[in-house]
Amino acid sequence: MHNVTRVLASTAMVSGLALSTMPAMAATEVVWWHAMEGSLGEKVNEIADNFNASQSDFVVKPVYQGTYIENMTATISAFRAGNPPAISQIYEVGTATMMNAEGAIYPVYQLMADSDQPFDPNNYIAAVTGYYSTPDGEMLSMPFNSSTPVVYYNRDIFQEAGLDPDNPPTSWPELAAAGQQIVDSGAAACGFTTTWPSWIQLENLTARHNIPFASDANGFGGPSARLEFQQSDAVIQHIQNLVDWQQSGVFNYGGRMDQASPQFFTQDCAMLMASSASYAAVRDNSANFDFGVAPLPYYPEVIDPPANSIIGGASLWVMQGHSDAVYDGVAAFFHYLSSPQVQADWHQFTGYLPITEAAYELTREQGFYADNPGTDVALEQLTGGQTGEYSRGIRLGNMPQIREAIEGELEAALNGDKSAEQAMQDAAARGNQLLERFEQSVN
Amino acid sequence: MRYRRPGLDVATHVILIIGALIFMLPVLLALMASTHTLPSLLSGGLALLPGSEGLDHYIQLLTQPAGGVAVPTWRLMLNSLIMALGIAVGKLTISIIAAYAIVFFRFRFRMLCFWLIFVTLMLPVEVRIVPTYGVVADLGLLNSYPGLILPLIASATATFLFRQFFLTLPPELLEAARLDGAGPWRFFRDILLPLSKTNMAALFVIMFIYGWNQYLWPLLAASDADYATLVMSLRRLTIAQDGVPPWQLATTMTVLALLPPVAVIVLMQRWFVKGLVDSEK
Amino acid sequence: MATFQRHRAFPWLLLLPQLAIVAIFFFWPAFQALRRSFYVQDAFGLGERFVGLSNYVAVLTSALWQQALVNTLLFSASVALGAMSIALLLATLADRVLRGAKGYRTLLIWPYAVAPAAAGVLWLFLFDPSLGIISRALGSLGIHWNQRLNGGQAMLLVIIASVWQQMSYNFIFFLAGLQSIPASLLESAAIDGAGPWRRFWTITFPLLSPTTFFLLVMNTIYAFFETFGTIDTTTGGGPNNATTTLVYKIYQDGIVGLDLGGSSAQSVILMVLVGLLTLIQFRYVERRVQYY
Repeated sequence: MHNVTRVLASTAMVSGLALSTMPAMAATEVVWWHAMEGSLGEKVNEIADNFNASQSDFVVKPVYQGTYIENMTATISAFRAGNPPAISQIYEVGTATMMNAEGAIYPVYQLMADSDQPFDPNNYIAAVTGYYSTPDGEMLSMPFNSSTPVVYYNRDIFQEAGLDPDNPPTSWPELAAAGQQIVDSGAAACGFTTTWPSWIQLENLTARHNIPFASDANGFGGPSARLEFQQSDAVIQHIQNLVDWQQSGVFNYGGRMDQASPQFFTQDCAMLMASSASYAAVRDNSANFDFGVAPLPYYPEVIDPPANSIIGGASLWVMQGHSDAVYDGVAAFFHYLSSPQVQADWHQFTGYLPITEAAYELTREQGFYADNPGTDVALEQLTGGQTGEYSRGIRLGNMPQIREAIEGELEAALNGDKSAEQAMQDAAARGNQLLERFEQSVN
Repeated sequence: MRYRRPGLDVATHVILIIGALIFMLPVLLALMASTHTLPSLLSGGLALLPGSEGLDHYIQLLTQPAGGVAVPTWRLMLNSLIMALGIAVGKLTISIIAAYAIVFFRFRFRMLCFWLIFVTLMLPVEVRIVPTYGVVADLGLLNSYPGLILPLIASATATFLFRQFFLTLPPELLEAARLDGAGPWRFFRDILLPLSKTNMAALFVIMFIYGWNQYLWPLLAASDADYATLVMSLRRLTIAQDGVPPWQLATTMTVLALLPPVAVIVLMQRWFVKGLVDSEK
Repeated sequence: MATFQRHRAFPWLLLLPQLAIVAIFFFWPAFQALRRSFYVQDAFGLGERFVGLSNYVAVLTSALWQQALVNTLLFSASVALGAMSIALLLATLADRVLRGAKGYRTLLIWPYAVAPAAAGVLWLFLFDPSLGIISRALGSLGIHWNQRLNGGQAMLLVIIASVWQQMSYNFIFFLAGLQSIPASLLESAAIDGAGPWRRFWTITFPLLSPTTFFLLVMNTIYAFFETFGTIDTTTGGGPNNATTTLVYKIYQDGIVGLDLGGSSAQSVILMVLVGLLTLIQFRYVERRVQYY
């Protein structure tokens, strides 16, 4: 089927060329499906427009396809129907599914080698690209919008509760004590809340403490990996702490994804654990108070200093089924996308991390971090720590549903339906069933 | 005259009015919220009265994209209208002629056709949503109006109702037409269609509302914003990524989404009630 | 019914559009679901493997699917009971007032036209933990409302939104049913000294039983299939799957989870389940109600 399409397409191209009396060849179109909404979507269009204006061989055409899930579903069904986009933006939990679809994707390192674009993987920030690379360091997809969790805190509430707004808590015990003081003083109804519960309270917790989330190096070793976080006393203890803090008001669960963030903006909660890419949203929604940014806390009795946190967000995958001309266009576009100017602009506008060292340097030289205090916390946390075996990232099949399972069981524990330990055991059991199914489907 | 007591009558009216108010409450509150700014909603003041924004949010939504909704709401309304009309007209058309064939003709495999069509009554599209998505994708109909409309008219409800109605017509009708020398086409056009007007109007209202209110199917079939419908887009405004859901816009859009079908139902109440109640028999 | 006999091709021409659409958009997908339910397939369709009944075994023994089944039954029963009893109460009252019954009908039937997804958004707004009017009111009464954590509260929210929407449908039928009861029956009972309460239970309610049964079926179908939008906009099936119904799970596993085999097996099981329910309805229950 694909061969037929390809033959037809090339025939059409040849006849098109023969018939063409135009002196110049038409530019090759590179279709890019993405899930960036609103102002982010406009920024995506702007990047494409600037690339298109910078040369005349290729035209990158971005198409918004809805949420991450919707875009991934659309990409897969388009591939099955023989008509995939050249580039698709896939969220980080879809990574294992994509990389195991060998006939469907064109690995970026291979693409860059096949076309003649200059490409040096060492220019990229390892903590970012590691998530999307093979164990040998070969980059499978192009990092695009990556972020890592940080703590946003309400400086006014800190002041009111008698805490020092310039010295936010750095460890979990300090954070709990600060939360207790905030609740006791009546400065706010709750100490802290969290967005993306599994990503921040489990995936990043294990990474920062270099605790295995799953076997086979968190799944980097292959699809036979199984969950292991439930075997860690530190993890169980942390979940138990969350349950206790939920009881005492230090913590208030606000739902999955970003559902918890309004509690920070209404000043019901003094601290918010959220993506570094939320910086702009926090700034826009905090007209009534001053806020600060602090790194994600850690347990000093488990690890000191902590390892790096891990990223979330999405990367750009190249799909099979296109002509060499299209792939030349993709490679040229990726080269453009990685340039310090484009990256620095994207990083400063969105709060997503820069993917190259050069973009970070450029942003610093431009004085951005000095003018916007707290914007460098995420990158320091990501690159500052010692990278451990389990802080490179997580690569598990069916990860979106594993997150569902973890968050569901976490909700059960927080609601008092089961113990923290039982909840984590159940989450792992559910997750491992999903991993077994995934392993079955790719073999 | 029924046996009645005046005291009970007053109580009856009071309970009915309270009941009607309770049922209106969610919409009234949404209407009020749509005239407030987001900070005003967040600050905790109960938005029980109109706010400062008037119709600004309605104008804003209708003219520009907002949040996760990539096109202005007028475009969503247009898509919803095309989808609802397509479903209503399409289903009425194919159903009435199919019911005509089944009731007024004798041919081989008539009963087989009857059952092939009526077995669809049992299984709504939601049950087979995943394979339907696959089929529509294979046909290249994702992100197209036919793709939005056709899978939703693959159900026999209307055919069934027309069949029931045709069976109630006196047999002499056909005999008389035949004596006048009317062929099947003329009989259908000159006699059956005029008689079915009421039923068609009723079904039209029901199908229009059904089409306008679809959620899951357009969510899957219209990933391209150019084909997005109003109802499927509502959720996009209640889950703002990295921020506060823009409730002032979410309530505005909800009001816009429920106005057209509610208007249809209130204005065409007589047809609608008749259509619904008839469908029971 | 008299029929046209000599036209062979014409009826086929009339049936063609409907048959074509039913074949392509009903039987083909249904067949696909059946076929896929015996395979395990990767998301991209690059390979598939025949696994016999193991998808079915996996579904039927899965605690999550069983929970979804229980949720669906509980949810359907609550919606049917809630929406029908409120509708019956209001319809009985509206039937009592001779003047104004039409006006009340207008005031009470319009929620039928509101999309389930829109109903979900309306009620979510009232119960939103940070700015909802009802959740705040409950908070000041000492009830901590958080449907993102408390499964019972989440289920209650979905039920309330669905009852609100479905009540109007039931109201229309109950009112029509009540209006078709001959006044003479009730009058003679009144002359015999039966009060309104007794008249209702001994005369009105039994006469309404076909309507009641019909509505029971329709409410169940509504709760099974048409509440996807309500659930998706309010709770997304959570917390911890407390509001995941069978249809919602098919969507989650098939579309979000890309598990085509497992989701297809669920579809087939649900088809069989609904088919059986329909059969039971036609064969047994309806007959008994008629002879009641």
